[in-house]
Amino acid sequence: MSKVNLDIPEVEIREIRLGSITGFQGTAEELVGACGGCGGKLKDKNRSFSQCLGCGTSNAACTLTLIQDAAIISHGPVGCSTCLHEFAFTYRVNAHLRQIEHPTQRKIFSTNLEEKDTIYGGGKKLEAAIREVYKRANPKAIFVITTCAAGIIGDDVETITNAAEGELGIPVVAVFCEGFRSKIWTSGFDAGYHGIARKIIQPPREKRNIINVINFWGSDVFREWFAEFGYEPNYITPFSTVDTLSHSSEAALTIQACSTLGSYLGAALEQVYGVPEIRNSPPYGIAQTDRWFRELGKILGKEQEVEAFLARKKEEYLPKIEALRERLKGKTAYVTAGASHGQSLLALLAELGMKPQGAAIFHHDPIYDNESPDADTLAHTVSDYGDVPNYNVCNKQEFELVNVLNRIHPDILLARHGGMTLWGAKLGIPSLLIGDEHFGMGYEGLVAYGERIADAIENDEFVKNLRKHAVNPYTKWWMEQDPYTFLGRNF
Amino acid sequence: MEGLIEQERYTCAIGALQTVVAIPRAVPILHSGPGCGTMIKGFFERSSGYAGGDTSPCTNFSEREVVFGGTDRLRSIIKNTYKVLDTDLQVVVTGCTAGIVGDDVASVTDEFYDEGKPIVHVETSGFKSNNYVSHSAVVNAIIEQYVSRFESENPPRSEKNLVNVFASVPYQDQFWKGNLREFKRLLEGLGFQVNILFGPHSGGVKEWQTIPKANFNVLISPWYGEPIVKNLKRRYGQPYFKFSYLPIGGNETTRFLESLLDYARKHHSELDWKKARAFITEEENAYYEELDNLATFLLEFRYGLPNHVHILHDAGYVAGLTKFLLHETGIVPKEQFVVDNTPKNIRSRWKRISNQPQINAIFPCISIRMQVHCRIFCAESGTAARDSSSAADGIRSLQKKRTAIFSPSPARRLTASCSQRIMSDTPAVCA
Repeated sequence: MSKVNLDIPEVEIREIRLGSITGFQGTAEELVGACGGCGGKLKDKNRSFSQCLGCGTSNAACTLTLIQDAAIISHGPVGCSTCLHEFAFTYRVNAHLRQIEHPTQRKIFSTNLEEKDTIYGGGKKLEAAIREVYKRANPKAIFVITTCAAGIIGDDVETITNAAEGELGIPVVAVFCEGFRSKIWTSGFDAGYHGIARKIIQPPREKRNIINVINFWGSDVFREWFAEFGYEPNYITPFSTVDTLSHSSEAALTIQACSTLGSYLGAALEQVYGVPEIRNSPPYGIAQTDRWFRELGKILGKEQEVEAFLARKKEEYLPKIEALRERLKGKTAYVTAGASHGQSLLALLAELGMKPQGAAIFHHDPIYDNESPDADTLAHTVSDYGDVPNYNVCNKQEFELVNVLNRIHPDILLARHGGMTLWGAKLGIPSLLIGDEHFGMGYEGLVAYGERIADAIENDEFVKNLRKHAVNPYTKWWMEQDPYTFLGRNF
Repeated sequence: MEGLIEQERYTCAIGALQTVVAIPRAVPILHSGPGCGTMIKGFFERSSGYAGGDTSPCTNFSEREVVFGGTDRLRSIIKNTYKVLDTDLQVVVTGCTAGIVGDDVASVTDEFYDEGKPIVHVETSGFKSNNYVSHSAVVNAIIEQYVSRFESENPPRSEKNLVNVFASVPYQDQFWKGNLREFKRLLEGLGFQVNILFGPHSGGVKEWQTIPKANFNVLISPWYGEPIVKNLKRRYGQPYFKFSYLPIGGNETTRFLESLLDYARKHHSELDWKKARAFITEEENAYYEELDNLATFLLEFRYGLPNHVHILHDAGYVAGLTKFLLHETGIVPKEQFVVDNTPKNIRSRWKRISNQPQINAIFPCISIRMQVHCRIFCAESGTAARDSSSAADGIRSLQKKRTAIFSPSPARRLTASCSQRIMSDTPAVCA
């Protein structure tokens, strides 16, 4: 049965829809094997000690806040939107990567629910807020993201937004992303995309030479690549507009910067509007890059052009990649990142001749919404480069990471989410966070990323100095325990 | 705190978990939904302290806890916190989820309290209040549930020269560390012993235990933090000295120190009064030596010093900066915007900051930067642009008019490199 249903207001959370988990300890191959026969029913494990997670509401906001002409209303207490200014910052500093000369202030609001609202309901407040935001920000669409408080008191956000839509004549979209609903904060991505798919994207009117790129806010590598084949990227959703999003149904195909991110929207575009989605996971490492471009060529009917393109890239970059392999030979690494992107980074490390010693990956999707086994990033990484030991699914539990890093002590830590590099550095391990998720893609990406890795390993003065002065709140007892002591059992 | 908020200047009640983070070796334990910790960490950039941010234990409420209650989960998290983290004080703070489902948190923390663990609980459901308000709730909970255990070794008001200082709300005032360090330095210069309580210059929980011994308390704040000193007055009979704004510049710092000395004399502190006066004189001289050098620049700089200033900040900063800029730099303050959701009974006292007729304090009923800027824009240009102009337009318009804007916003936290000193440096004009 399809995972996509645009007729209902809420998309199911990943735990239910995809059977995703947040606790696993083993090797990458074991996890791939477990999924192969699991029929989407991988067994999850709880922790009897846990630290602060992220939640769906900020990930939903992540997909919505950077739409140029939309406004966001967080329906909840003021605290539930207080980290969203980070998206405003991202919008401002990365605008130049997408040819936006005058980035405007992001339009982020909170209905500011108070105690009396938890008793009498916050519906009236939300109605007033939508009208005020429309008047003040003049947006082309308004997204209302929900919070724990709004969810538990049971405000009827769907009815209110539908009524407002009729009144104002612009899409007013309820996005259900209460934090307590899911332990997997990427469920928030799905919630945001579900809202876009059901109320913003319009049925196709004509076919266009555009390719949907579901991504965050990285550099514009796709423009140059797609131009080779006569296409332009249609970026979803950062730096898009309500209008460009509405035309996503008219694209030749959809690609994703990270299958974890775009799983739901890619499948929705294919199943509802017939826009084919590249099954192969993103182009990190030579094997995956070749596969990905060949699938692109096949869908576009440009196989020959793709072969010529790849040959040219190989000629230019293979000698540089070989030199980097020499420089990085035998170096060990550990990765902590969201699911598919982390799996791609493992491929990239192995391609550069390094030895991944393990990974702490925030969750695991045994299958994506397209339900295709060909889309399994981890399976590709394992079959291309072999098994990865110490492959653990750990939803950003710092205490486990610190314990593991202290044991493995790799030559470098690659991290993809804020807060994680600190512990590598405190232990004297060079730690690298590349914010631009397109940075390592393709042949040129391997070279660029490899050079950054080599630089970080070769210039470790800062982390060595930090290590001397680092304060460690973790007990000696804990540092001596098995890192997964609290996983799957009461301790 | 009635209506819609755009670009908030404060966060919700659970934001006061940063008050715990500011105490050396203390840990907040969140009994809340997932994400509360991330929101607070994101609001106060780079503010993890010893065991805040990603280190803080959290029950991460799921559907199950919402339906069946989360006290079992909380018990397990607390029990294991003692195994994993080496901390001196544990403060359980609650989020909206725990508040709405009505978990009996005290019944869980009492189990650990009975074992003699230094544990405290406090309700901080986000919808209850904001972090300015709940800062006091957190401090009072620590006093009631932790400091109270050490009263026999720390008899009330037994140290004539010891004072407890309550000034900045940690992290909400992004210059809190510098401000507290300077208050400690100044008060020690007068001869006091100082419990500064927060930050790297505090003695941590050992210092907190001596709170009852202080002869009196020093509150430097227009309103936030006042419930703490009122509580201490009831509990230990400690009177409090209140200075309603941040003393910035020579005039106000001298006024602050002298009135504090008078207060101390009336309350029988045993300072070397002559030495204390000499300290004030020396500090003042040092300040004016610096201002003398700066005056040429202030008077002559030909390439565009601002004529006017608008300040968007909490009440303590607005008053402190306004007085400083007018009296000690010659920059004329226009409308000032107080965005800390000042309680209504305090607002009436604050309508006019100065006897200069043009300096009014404006309290937006809600903390909205765009609205605030547009009101400035309207006031300046006389156009009714409030609804159509963006905040950016407002700012650009003001910049063209040689008007400085001082406005700490979360985004600014990333770039602000303002002075952290109260007295001897030019203070925090960032814009």
